[in-house]
Amino acid sequence: MTTAVPAPTAAAPPPLRRRLRGVTAESVFVERSLRHSLRDGESLLMAILLPVMLMLMFTWVFGGAIDSSGAYVDYVVPGIILTCAGFGASSTAVYVANDMRTGIIDRFRTMPLRAGAILTGHVVASLLRNLVATAIVIGVGVLVGFRPTGSLVEWVALAVLIALYILAITYLFAAIGLAAGSPEGANGYGFVLLFVPYLSSAFVPVASMPGWLQPIAAHQPVTPIVETIRGLLMGTPLNAEPWWAVGWCLVILVIAVAWGAWLFRRKAGRR
Amino acid sequence: MTTNAIEIHNLRKTFGRQTVIDGLSLTVERGEVFALLGPNGAGKTTTINVLTTLTSADSGTASVVGFNVRSQAVEVQRRISLTGQAAAVDDALTATENVVMFARLAGLGRGESHRRAAELIEQFGLTDAASRLVRAFSGGMRRRLDLALSFVVTPEVLFLDEPTTGLDTRSRRELWDLIRSLAASGTTVFLTTQYLEEADQLADRIAVLHNGRVAALGTAAELKARVGGDTVELHDENGELLREIPTDGTVSDLRRALDLLDEDGADGVVTLRRPSLDDVFLALTSPNAHAVKETA
Ligand SMILES: Nc1ncnc2c1ncn2[C@@H]1O[C@H](COP(=O)(O)OP(=O)(O)OP(=O)(O)O)[C@@H](O)[C@H]1O
Ligand SMILES: [Mg+2]
Repeated sequence: MTTAVPAPTAAAPPPLRRRLRGVTAESVFVERSLRHSLRDGESLLMAILLPVMLMLMFTWVFGGAIDSSGAYVDYVVPGIILTCAGFGASSTAVYVANDMRTGIIDRFRTMPLRAGAILTGHVVASLLRNLVATAIVIGVGVLVGFRPTGSLVEWVALAVLIALYILAITYLFAAIGLAAGSPEGANGYGFVLLFVPYLSSAFVPVASMPGWLQPIAAHQPVTPIVETIRGLLMGTPLNAEPWWAVGWCLVILVIAVAWGAWLFRRKAGRR
Repeated sequence: MTTNAIEIHNLRKTFGRQTVIDGLSLTVERGEVFALLGPNGAGKTTTINVLTTLTSADSGTASVVGFNVRSQAVEVQRRISLTGQAAAVDDALTATENVVMFARLAGLGRGESHRRAAELIEQFGLTDAASRLVRAFSGGMRRRLDLALSFVVTPEVLFLDEPTTGLDTRSRRELWDLIRSLAASGTTVFLTTQYLEEADQLADRIAVLHNGRVAALGTAAELKARVGGDTVELHDENGELLREIPTDGTVSDLRRALDLLDEDGADGVVTLRRPSLDDVFLALTSPNAHAVKETA
């Protein structure tokens, strides 16, 4: 390094930053976030291992006590699929908070990039991460005796719904990451959200809950989503549940995106 | 067309009730290495943030290579690079991946980005660490990578906010060499520093920032001249300073100083000290700074 450095213009790089075409910035950031995911072994392992353990625990350990006929597996797997789908999304909050804390965001901000491209990167990476984890969890479910009856069309509908749910909850976690002062804080806030599925029909029917809890459990967003997954995979009656499910996902998505954009402008706009 | 690299007119920036930049005006010519010198909290980073479009000022104007930092931010952004006070590298990526990412964000294609990364990694002495995660880098390596990222395209103006803070003497000297050679290739360098030696070593011109405005401006030599001539110092055999007598640098004044020592019957070793930038700095930024301007 003590040797003289050749003039950087020798290789004649372009003198100006070029205007980026299409979604170049977004795809660069997706690639970055995917690398982060793959290198953050702990989070990745947790995002897959914990849901799998959850699946095994509910089917083997609790399953027998709740319903000795074995039908509980078919009841609970859709709920676990949903719980897992949101599980890996929580690390998005930590990644986003981390970006905001380090100086790297300022370097991005001095470049002519579309604001928010960096968030898109985190969100798309989370979507892919969670879809893979969800597929693994469904696979494990089948191994332990889950026998879905859905047709191909129903599976496709299921994939779309789960992707929409992951997207909504990821944006929510991204916004939480922006709102939190630190990655540690982001982790804490994110954890709270993971309890929401337990207060739904995911693990036990709403009718079995204490009376005061029933209205809350029946009308919170997770219940119609779980009921839709159950209907698609097990043929239980769907009624209006899919509309509620999609509606809730869209509502959460719109709120999260708007909140995130507002926070992003405040934190990463001109100060 | 000869636009200046940087023009700042009567810039003002307040945070709450605190006025951080208070009527700052500056012009930096193209190709110059310009140092903004000031103690902690002087407003150096704030000035850089305004110039690099990160912060908007409350009033006044600033332009970079002729483009207004507020109304033509994108044009400014296309022509500058910032290596900020906090290291802006991605810890979870390797050195090469970092450079490739920023090259792609500067609009280079995939292949082009990899070629550029290989060049820069070599140029900035990171070849051995190219495929290691930045997380494990030393402060010096991190700084070099940070600087390399500013050169994926050659910026017209390079902003360096305290580039050598936290580095050991050797890494600092290496970085100085690097900055000099970058400047030699025609890039305008606007740097901030708390180290007078750094400004002395690198900068064509220096502005001393004090209370949000320029307290003094000039070459290192000019600034030193402002605090007067040489000082006659008397040390004992242990090197302990016994007396110091300021002179205006003329032969007669020097003789007067020596006579003064003679009269006192002082005994020891006499040395002649040229004013350092430290003297300038302390003189200009001390609460009774006006005293200096009178003697200058
Ligand atoms: N975002 C902010 N909000 C409130 N006050 C701020 C903000 N940024 C800077 N300041 C204040 O403005 C003053 C100048 O800060 P600045 O970072 O520009 O100083 P500096 O010269 O770069 O100092 P240092 O040598 O410590 O880096 C400080 O008193 C700081 O507390
Ligand atoms: Mg600073």
